[in-house]
Amino acid sequence: MAHPRSTELFGWGRTAPTAADLRRPTSATELRRALPESNPRGLLARGLGRSYGDAAQNSGGRVIETIDVDAFTVHPTPADSDHVLVTAEAGVSIDRLLHSLVPQGLFVPVTPGTRYVTVGGAIAADIHGKNHHRKGSWCDHVESLRLQLADGSVVEIGPTQDPELYWATAGGMGLTGVILDATIRCPRIGSSRVLVDTDRAPDLDSVVELMATGDANYDYSVAWIDLMATGASMGRSVLTRGRFATADELGTAPGSDPFDYRAGVIASAPPFVPGGLLNKLTVRAFNELWFRKAPKERRDELQTIPTFFHPLDMVGGWNRIYGPGGFLQWQFVIPFGTEATLRRIIEELSAAGCTSFLAVLKAFGPSNDSPLSFPAPGWTLALDIPTGVPGLAALLDRLDDMVVEAGGRIYLAKDSRVRAELVPQMYPRLDEWRAVRERVDPQRRINSDLARRLSL
Amino acid sequence: MRDALGAMQSVLVLGGNSEIALAIVDRLIEGRTSRVVLAVREPAGAQSTIDRLTAAGVSASAIAFDALKPENHAKVLNDAFAEGDIDLVISAFGILGSQAEFDADPMFALQAVNANFGGAVTSSLIVADLMRRQGHGTLLMITSIAAMRGRADNYVYGSTKAGQDLFAQGLGDALVGSGVRVVVVRPGFVHTKMTDGMKPAPFSTTPDKVAEVVVDGLAKGRELIFAPSILRFVFAGLIHAPRMIWRRLGG
Repeated sequence: MAHPRSTELFGWGRTAPTAADLRRPTSATELRRALPESNPRGLLARGLGRSYGDAAQNSGGRVIETIDVDAFTVHPTPADSDHVLVTAEAGVSIDRLLHSLVPQGLFVPVTPGTRYVTVGGAIAADIHGKNHHRKGSWCDHVESLRLQLADGSVVEIGPTQDPELYWATAGGMGLTGVILDATIRCPRIGSSRVLVDTDRAPDLDSVVELMATGDANYDYSVAWIDLMATGASMGRSVLTRGRFATADELGTAPGSDPFDYRAGVIASAPPFVPGGLLNKLTVRAFNELWFRKAPKERRDELQTIPTFFHPLDMVGGWNRIYGPGGFLQWQFVIPFGTEATLRRIIEELSAAGCTSFLAVLKAFGPSNDSPLSFPAPGWTLALDIPTGVPGLAALLDRLDDMVVEAGGRIYLAKDSRVRAELVPQMYPRLDEWRAVRERVDPQRRINSDLARRLSL
Repeated sequence: MRDALGAMQSVLVLGGNSEIALAIVDRLIEGRTSRVVLAVREPAGAQSTIDRLTAAGVSASAIAFDALKPENHAKVLNDAFAEGDIDLVISAFGILGSQAEFDADPMFALQAVNANFGGAVTSSLIVADLMRRQGHGTLLMITSIAAMRGRADNYVYGSTKAGQDLFAQGLGDALVGSGVRVVVVRPGFVHTKMTDGMKPAPFSTTPDKVAEVVVDGLAKGRELIFAPSILRFVFAGLIHAPRMIWRRLGG
């Protein structure tokens, strides 16, 4: 029997591939045309495939890769305005935006740890970054967006235009429609350098204390935590915090460009890496070296945007170093006041000896109006784990229960294995979101493997 | 859907009375499996299994499936897949039969060929097509260590399984890139009601131990699983043993 051409797709973790009819439109017109063609298993937009699990997969259906739909405009703005409006098509990456914006003295409102995410993906996952405690998540900075609904019609929505549909689309994992383009508020910056303070914290209590008392003084803050350290040094971390430097603070020769921006890939992971390269021994050694190399306390160090925001982007295809079995990322947030749970989770992870490179710890600020948006006030921890770790499934199930019990949740854009029945507890407004989906797509013409797996 | 750690949410068992398959199901429902469909000749006979699975919180049902009625396979399987995605199909039906029975009744031998090989081919081709359409799925085919080398005391059964095994390997390769995987399981001698009264071969095992190895292999993305695992190494040598020696071992 004949089958339509299909392509296997997986997420950044390279686990659980499924096949779909993959289309790659090259213009907004082609993108709009892609939706009305029907497919019994529906359609889904996909950006750069940086979600870890199956969020950008639609097995047996159609997947529209938007990365060639990538035009954007910087709107003329008075010089005294603290931000500039940028309208970008869904496939524009933060990487492309930065190459254009930074030399003009502009930045993106929010950037995650990689600049290889698209504007469409940033909205669908309502991404966050090191400035969440001050500036919230990506969708707090969107003026409006254009969404193509399952019936083919195009609507313009935003926090003031059909806010119900807007906030269901923000963090809605691409399931309310196909995002065509969005207008985003981009902040001005004083230079392309970040003034960074580094603090080495010997254990979990000290890093929590440092963040709780000091984060308010910084625009950007994140801690890298060594999950392989046990005993007295459990939770030892390197906390880096900063703000953009002004041109005066650069101390460079007059006439040099304060907005100089160069970002590229300086090395690539080989195309095939055998499994087991990352084992307890190599990872422990790496973490030890990394901790010792960090200064105990350093103030006002100038760092470039790639060094401060996107260190992993310097290695192309780094997700391959986990070998053929792939890896997953587990990221949760639990409310402030449940630090005892944070400690217990880190204890369990350290004791399990999960071969995890550094994990990221951050204190979130307030959440927004989106029912499915991940960030909420509290502590968020994200860690990568190779799938081959023995007993991993049971360990993470147990930790999920602790997260739910503390009133927390896990991040859907990172998920590839949570139990479906926990999702309504983690996202208590799930039914509100479902009602909006029912309103705009009663026939589920837009679907994803994540939605199937978690019965969203 | 299959998750990143190899857990499956929905399972269809072809040959739903198979003790090995049910032992695999018992392990899978400790994980993410919440829907089980048992395809059996007499659905009424599977009621006790369904009750047991339902009590464990699983949505379980039985459908009529006869390996020897290949003309019905398409309808039965289409109906099963129409109820929702199936992440894992365990192909576990078959006629064991002793060589003495086959010698005495060649028509019974033909029946074993038609069920074990013929029925596996028709049902698997249909499952492969349905899984291609859903863009994902795993077809687990339980063949046998007997498929690896002809032996005087079980060559009818062994050859039916050899056909199934070779077919499964080729099907797995044909499906690369489709989101669908075929996993071949070769158990050694397994103590079940089917083998009751037979003389156990060396490295004999139990359904539960086979299930343990299979579920572990599924999580690791294996394409060929021996149960017990040591048979992989034992047979790596045995298939090359001189025939005279093999005959003596075969007994």
